[in-house]
Amino acid sequence: MKRYDAIKKIVESLNDEFIVCNLGAPSRELYNIKDRDENFYMLGSMGLVSSISFGLAISKPNKKVICIDGDGSLLMNLGSLTTIANNNPQNLTLVVIDNSSYGSTGDQKTYTSQKTNLEVIAKGAGFESNIVINREENIIPSLKNLGTGTHFVLIKVDPGNAQVENVPLQPQELKERFMKVIST
Amino acid sequence: MIADLKLYEEIKKSGIDLILSLPCILLKGLLKLIDEKNEIQHIPITREEEGVGIAAGAYLGGKTPAILMQNSGLGNSINAIKSLIQLYKIPVIFIMSHRGAEGEKILAQIPMGQLTPDLLDLLNIRKFIIYSMENIKEVKDAVNVSKKSKESVGILLKRSLWSDIT
Repeated sequence: MKRYDAIKKIVESLNDEFIVCNLGAPSRELYNIKDRDENFYMLGSMGLVSSISFGLAISKPNKKVICIDGDGSLLMNLGSLTTIANNNPQNLTLVVIDNSSYGSTGDQKTYTSQKTNLEVIAKGAGFESNIVINREENIIPSLKNLGTGTHFVLIKVDPGNAQVENVPLQPQELKERFMKVIST
Repeated sequence: MIADLKLYEEIKKSGIDLILSLPCILLKGLLKLIDEKNEIQHIPITREEEGVGIAAGAYLGGKTPAILMQNSGLGNSINAIKSLIQLYKIPVIFIMSHRGAEGEKILAQIPMGQLTPDLLDLLNIRKFIIYSMENIKEVKDAVNVSKKSKESVGILLKRSLWSDIT
């Protein structure tokens, strides 16, 4: 399983959840699998996707928010795990697709390819709901089974990007369509 | 302190409904008031750049977020200011104690303290300097400018507000 396959399963599991997606290849892949107004694609500021998702979740407690993060990106903002876990919003699922590499910049290895275990870090940060998924067929049932709460879902995948086009939407256009759909 | 109470009241009147904070000795009284009054949602953060991300998400969800921090945190936030909030035109209110300026005793604060006003200009963030009880009301003006223009603003709180803290 590669990241693209994992995102495809996440999309198949969706109802009306809002997605905030990590920049680069993950956003391109999500856009090409299924673009929807409820998707917010990050275009810059690597590392901050979990923070943006958390900010959204606390300001819209009645909407479900799914964050699609990556191992390299999460390693840039580990403090975010402590903020999220301690504030414990009831509507946030942090999905980390861990391919043990910086996929958008040439597959340089991250430390999760060696000793680092992000699930243990999440537990240490205070996450009480933690799931590790190694098999593609487990993604949909695992995600559908999550109740309310703050969840940490680590999906282990192989490195590699799908050959797909860039997100053609302009930043302000993206923001406006997302804000319109979330405010209704 | 009287300044803390007045600052708190102006922040509340301005419509800010989410405060993301890192502490500073100058902000001690204000942070305490925010928690005691429990009227404005307050979330302590671990690094200022993280706060820019949370503020961006909260704005998308309809909030008026502010980051309360030392000016040193502006340096930690530069990439997120440019490639997140200015890229998408998301306004965030930065309320900063201005360390490393007049009356500073900690040498390490001075380089960033000297740079801060110019850095705000370079980042195209309009700055509002709050230095006395009389001009604390400009906090509300700053927030109004931010709401109308959908641009971020920087509010610098000068040490002269807190004459009891040395």
